[in-house]
Formats: sequence, structure tokens, C-alpha cells
Amino acid sequence: MPSLTLLGQSALSGVFIGALYGLLGLGLTLSWGLLRQINLAHFALVFLGAYLSYQLAAAGMDPLLTLALVAPGFFLLGAGLHWLLARFSVSPLNTLLVTFGFMVMIESLIQWIWTADFRRMETGYGDVRWRLGELYVSLPELLTFLIAAALASGVWALLRHTDLGRALRAAAEDAPVAAAFGVNEKRLALLLSGACAAFAAVAGVCLALSHTLAPGQIYAWIGVVFAAVMIGGLGNPLGPLAAGIVIGVSEALTMALTAPAWAPLVSFTLLIAILLLRPGRVA
Amino acid sequence: MKVLAFVGAGAVLAIVPFLGLPAFYESFLYLVFHWIVLATSWNLLSGYSGYFSFGHAAFFGAGVYSTAVLAGKLGWPFLWTLPVAAAVPAVLGVALGAVVFRLPALRGELFALITLALMFVFATIVLNTPLDGGPGVYMSAVAVPKLAPSVSGSFYLLALVLALGSVAISYAVYQSRFGTGLFAIHDDEDVAEVMGVPTLRYKLAALALSCALAGLAGGVYSVFVSYVTVSETFSGWLALNVILMAALGGTRHWLGPAVGAAAVTAMTYYFTTSEYAVAGRALVGAIFIVVILFMPNGLLGRFSGRKAFAREKQKELFKIEPSRPGPILAVRGASKAFEGVQALAGVDLEVRRGEILGLVGPNGSGKSTLINVVSGHYPIDSGSVLFEGRELAGEAPHRIARGGIARTYQIPRPFGRLSVLENVALPPMFGLGALHRRAAEGEAWRWLAFTGLEAKAHRLPAGLNLHERKFLELARALASRPKLLFLDEVLSGLTPTEIDEAIRLVRAIREQGTTIVFVEHVMRAVMELTDRVVVLTNGRAIAQGAPREVMRDPLVVDAYLGAARA
Repeated sequence: MPSLTLLGQSALSGVFIGALYGLLGLGLTLSWGLLRQINLAHFALVFLGAYLSYQLAAAGMDPLLTLALVAPGFFLLGAGLHWLLARFSVSPLNTLLVTFGFMVMIESLIQWIWTADFRRMETGYGDVRWRLGELYVSLPELLTFLIAAALASGVWALLRHTDLGRALRAAAEDAPVAAAFGVNEKRLALLLSGACAAFAAVAGVCLALSHTLAPGQIYAWIGVVFAAVMIGGLGNPLGPLAAGIVIGVSEALTMALTAPAWAPLVSFTLLIAILLLRPGRVA
Repeated sequence: MKVLAFVGAGAVLAIVPFLGLPAFYESFLYLVFHWIVLATSWNLLSGYSGYFSFGHAAFFGAGVYSTAVLAGKLGWPFLWTLPVAAAVPAVLGVALGAVVFRLPALRGELFALITLALMFVFATIVLNTPLDGGPGVYMSAVAVPKLAPSVSGSFYLLALVLALGSVAISYAVYQSRFGTGLFAIHDDEDVAEVMGVPTLRYKLAALALSCALAGLAGGVYSVFVSYVTVSETFSGWLALNVILMAALGGTRHWLGPAVGAAAVTAMTYYFTTSEYAVAGRALVGAIFIVVILFMPNGLLGRFSGRKAFAREKQKELFKIEPSRPGPILAVRGASKAFEGVQALAGVDLEVRRGEILGLVGPNGSGKSTLINVVSGHYPIDSGSVLFEGRELAGEAPHRIARGGIARTYQIPRPFGRLSVLENVALPPMFGLGALHRRAAEGEAWRWLAFTGLEAKAHRLPAGLNLHERKFLELARALASRPKLLFLDEVLSGLTPTEIDEAIRLVRAIREQGTTIVFVEHVMRAVMELTDRVVVLTNGRAIAQGAPREVMRDPLVVDAYLGAARA
């Protein structure tokens, strides 16, 4: 039996990795739940954002400041993607396939520019860590958690309590009817799709702060983030964060209690159990 | 003819290893066949029935490790492991399906997710148990049977047999009653079940077939690569690749996945071996996007409608039995509640053989719920439904349909991707007669002529107007030659002339011996057509009798107009 400190530290790191799952899942759940687009390219955009901020940080910029440059550009990319999908009225399943194509293209672009080698962002951030009793918290982890929580609750409040949010939800429910009531659903969808891509940029910075980057790593995140998105309920901005943390903590504790290789069993058995027992909870 | 072409193609391809080509060609073609098997097997379940699996690698991997453990670790002869490599994934698949396919909430995206999760569970178990244990399994010592002059030639032949077999199975399913059932499940599973398709059994069979073929491909592949690891075997990549191939070729065509697999494998192979590997990958991505945008149904999409059989005169196949005494349907104390709303509160009614019974009542009085309960779509809470003396409560809807009960839907629910002819041919395949496709289409023509839809037989239902779609519902219900037919507001939304036409049809149906329960708001039609009327309100039958008397009953007038009338 490992010590309590080790378990506590594992649980804490589980919370932080879960926050990153949630941050990656935020854009996915919104575009899937509200626009019916299953956007695989989101994962590639996250990595593209991570590499861009890695490059800018290498040139001496503060990693968080790089967002000011990257996020607006990504907003345009996201809006452009939606324009394309809407222009050809691509079915939900086919959005998966089209964005898969984009994912492969972006991955190739990344590999062409930055090669397949591992890259690590060098900043002062990684060295900053605090002691909390027996436990340690590092600055990148804390930043990721705070950003994920702030973005998710911000989007939640926006959807819940503003006219813009109500219009978005109405358009998601039934676009033609919303349009008949004066909601400009086409413009809203462009806006939302752009915002999702901008969230990918944010997730990218957090990823670059805490993880080593390689183009092939893009695919490693798909399974677990999709799980978080679906457990959290499509279109619910707080869902991926909450589900991500549950998955992260259960993975981390399994790693501490048994062999690290057993970790996926817990999270995915959990997912299967939730799907079988409470299918209404998801989607 | 097709069989001959198929055998011919197989024979020509089987010569290749004996031509003395460089091993490179044989290995490349091996890969093409390998992916044809995987894409085609995925499509049998996912393309045909619409249950998208993201976890195809789980079943492929089960095959890989069956052979790896038996041949690599326990020393079985390679070919003897292949039946196991097919059986293990099939059993695992059926076990999964037996649980998952019973839950209507797990359709679509959630089925995809659960299969993906299952893949990770399999991977973790294999990785942490002696099946693999971490270092991977070396199989270089496994002897490869000498089927051709070279080792690569032997693998070529094995994969060729599997690929031809998969495509042949895909074709046979596509043309069969089984395939029709899967297509119907894809378009509207609930309606398919009510029309007599044994949906659970079909989904399980398709999944088992799909898993077995993927497992076979895995078994051969494990010896081909001679070293297998968990991370290479159980990867989401595999599912993405086969989905890509199937979608590129066309999921609704038997040959689509094979065409897609050949195209994608050739492109990937060409580019990864050239000096522009990275640019090549990007180009594959771009081609993929363009194809999906401009050909959303895949390369073979425009050819994917099945060819109808030549129209031939259908002889009389079976007659509805002459009437026996006693009611055909007896409902006793039927109750059904939805989250507290009592839709049926103990309904008692009898339907007499050969009559047209009008079932009327205000909106929300329980008419449609009663149909849904009798047809088995909703399980009944309490009470009994006796059809010709047989208890229907608790029966699966497809068994009820086979007993001779048919229904129409108030809002037409045709199978959107089957032609009008195929829509009408489906019930005779799965109803009382259990006809084969050819005979069922002959039967369908009769009912298309009866409802005046012959000219539209080869269109998709989307090309019909409302009145034609209502008649399609009617033709589809009649084509099963039901003993008892529920007509759920077939007249609503029709013009007065169309109503007259429909009334004529309903009379003609009864002349053939079918008993009819007629749910309708158009009172003129109720008065003209029905022998008796039952009035439902708030989930109870409050009056029954001859139409004119019942409609004068003060209780009935209250129910319709409210008690406060002056």
C-alpha cells in the first residue's frame, strides 16, 4: 500500500491532467453539441497552437502572451472551417471524416516545419512550484487548472444567462425555427466555431507548458478526451472538465495503487459502466 | 454470371505468386487484401446497419493475439490457430452486442464510444496478463505453410482468400433478406422491428460476422509482421483507417469498402515510400476532404441502390384464413404510463373479425399509445392483449408483426434510403409469408398498383409528396397481408378528393378479409366506413357501438367539446 502522501500527490496530478482533458474537450463538446460537428481537427489545432507558442516562446515571448497572437488567427481558422462545412451542408458523420482529413494535413504541416522530433518549451514557468503541506503544485499545472475552470464556467454562464447564449442554444435546438424568430443562426455558428478553435489555441499553450510535443502525440489524446466529452454530456461546457477530472484522478490512483499500465482499464471500464447503467446521462 | 466473374478474378489473382515477381509486389498486394478484409468486415455491421464501431481494432486485436499466443507461445501450427482467431472475436462481439444492442439509448455516437472504450479495455488486459505482458510476442519461429514458391507469396494467397471471401459475404448479405433488414435498421430501427425485422438477432449476426473476419485478418497479420505489440495492435488508427476507406468507397455498396481500401492503401504506400512522405500524407488528407465534400456517399455512392428484379406477375401466394368465430383482438385492462402521465388507464375493447372498427377520441386520449402497445413498440404496464387467443403482452414487436398485425404511422416513417419498391417489399420478407427478395418485390408491385404508386417505384421516399407518402405507408402495411391492420390517421392532411380515394382503398382492403382498426379525426370518413366505434378519452374506453348512436352519446359529446358547452 503506497503512502498517503503518494496517493494525495497522485490524486492532485490526476486533477491537473483532468483539467487539461477538460480544456481540450471544451471546444469539442460545444461544436458537437451545438453545431453537430464532430471535429477531429480540434486535436490537430491544439497541437498547432502548442507548436506556435513553443516557437514564439523560443523567440523570447512569454508563453501566455503568445495567445494574443495565436488565438485570433485560430478564430478565423475555426470560422473558416465552419463556413466550409456549412457551404457543403456536411452531415454530422461526414464532419468526422472531413475534419479527419484536416487533422492529417495539419499533422503533416507540423511534421514538415518542426520535424517528428520531440520538442519541449523552455520557460521559467516549469521551475516554479509550491509546497502545500506534503504535496507539490507546479505553476503550469495550476495555470492549466485555473484557465480550464475559468473558461468552462465563463462559457457556461454565457450560454445560461445572456441573450447570445440563449440564441445559441435555441439555434442548436432547431436552427430554422430560431431563424424564424430572428436569430441570425449562421453568424452565431461562425462565431461559435471560431471560439472553439480559439479554445484550441488556449489548450495548446497549456499543453506546451506541461508536455513534450511530437506530431504523433496528436492521436494519443483522442480516446480519453472523447470519453470526457461524452461522459460530460454533449454541449455542456462544464461537462468535459468534471468528467476529465474524474477520469484523470481514477487513472492516477490506479497508477499509484497498481502498475501504471492498468490505468486505462479503470477509466474506460468506468465509461462503459456509465454508458450501460445511465445512458441518459450522456448526450 | 457474377459468380463466374468472381471465380475468374480470383483464379487470375491466384496466379500472381507463381510469376516470380519481386517479393515487394506480393507484400504490397498482401496489404491491399488485408485492408480490404478489415474495411469490408467493418462495413458489414457499421455501413449496412449504421452502428458505427470505433473499436474495430479490439476485434482485430483479439484475432492477432489468439494466433500470437497459440502459435507463438504454445506452438500450435499456424493454420490451426485461424479458426480460433475468428471464433474468439466473434464470441466477444456477441457478448458485447447481447448487452449493448438491448439498450436503445446506445445507438449512434454512443455505440461508437462504447466500442472505442472496449478497445482500450482489451488492450489493457492483454498488456497486463501473460497474453502479452508488455514486451510483445515474437513469432519469427512460427512455420508458414508453403502455399506458394515464396513466403510472401503464401501470405498473399491467404489474404487473397480472405479478401475474396469477405467481398463475397458482403455481396451475399447486400442482396439478401438479411441485408434488407440491416438497411432498414440503418434507416429506422423501430419501424424495422414493427415490420417484422428481428433487429436484435440481425445486429448480433452482423457483429459476429464482422468480428470473425477482422479476427481472421488479425491472425494472418500477426504472423506476417512476426512481432506484435499491444500499442501497435490496439490502436484507434485502425478504426479511423477503415472508416475512411469505407466512406471513401461508399458504405452502402457491397464493393465500396474494398475500392476505398485499395485506393487508400495504394496512396499511403506510394507516398510513405517516396521521398515526399510528409507532403504525401497531407495530400491523402486533402483528397479525402474533397471526395467527402463532393461525393458524400463515396466513390460508388451513385451506384449503391440495389437493382430491382424484373417485374413479374406474382401468383396468389397465400390467403387470409376464413373467419373463425370470436374476436380477433381482445384488450383487457390495458394500462400504460409515461413518467406519471396515465396514457392508458385500463382500456377494454374487442375487435371482431372482419369489421372496420373506428377508434376515436380527442388528442391525447391514448389512441396512438394503444396502437403502440398492441404492436409491441411500448411494453404494456398491466393488462392483457389477446390476438387470436394468443397473449401479445411481452412479445417482441417483430414476432407480433409475424403473427399478422400491421400498422401505419400517423407521420409517415418510410426507410429513407430504400426505394419505394424496396420499402413495400420489406414487410412481405419479414411478415407472415417470409418471402425471398424476388417474390417480395413481386408482391410489392401488386400493392404499389393498388395504391397508385407504380410510377414512383424506383424513387426514394424523399421524392414523394405527403399524399403519396401516406399511401406508401398504406402499401407497406398491406404488403405484409395482415390479418389485423391499424390505420393511424391516414387521412389527416389529405384533400377531399384524396380522402375519397383513400376511403375506397380502405374498403377494398376489408374486402380482402383484413380486419381494420381505423383511428381518425375526419368524422365523415369514420361515419362512412366503420361498422362500430370505440371512443377513448383520458386513456379509457367510454363508449362503443354503432357510429351514429355513439356520437350522440352525451359522454362522448362532453369529451369532445368539454362539459361547459351551453
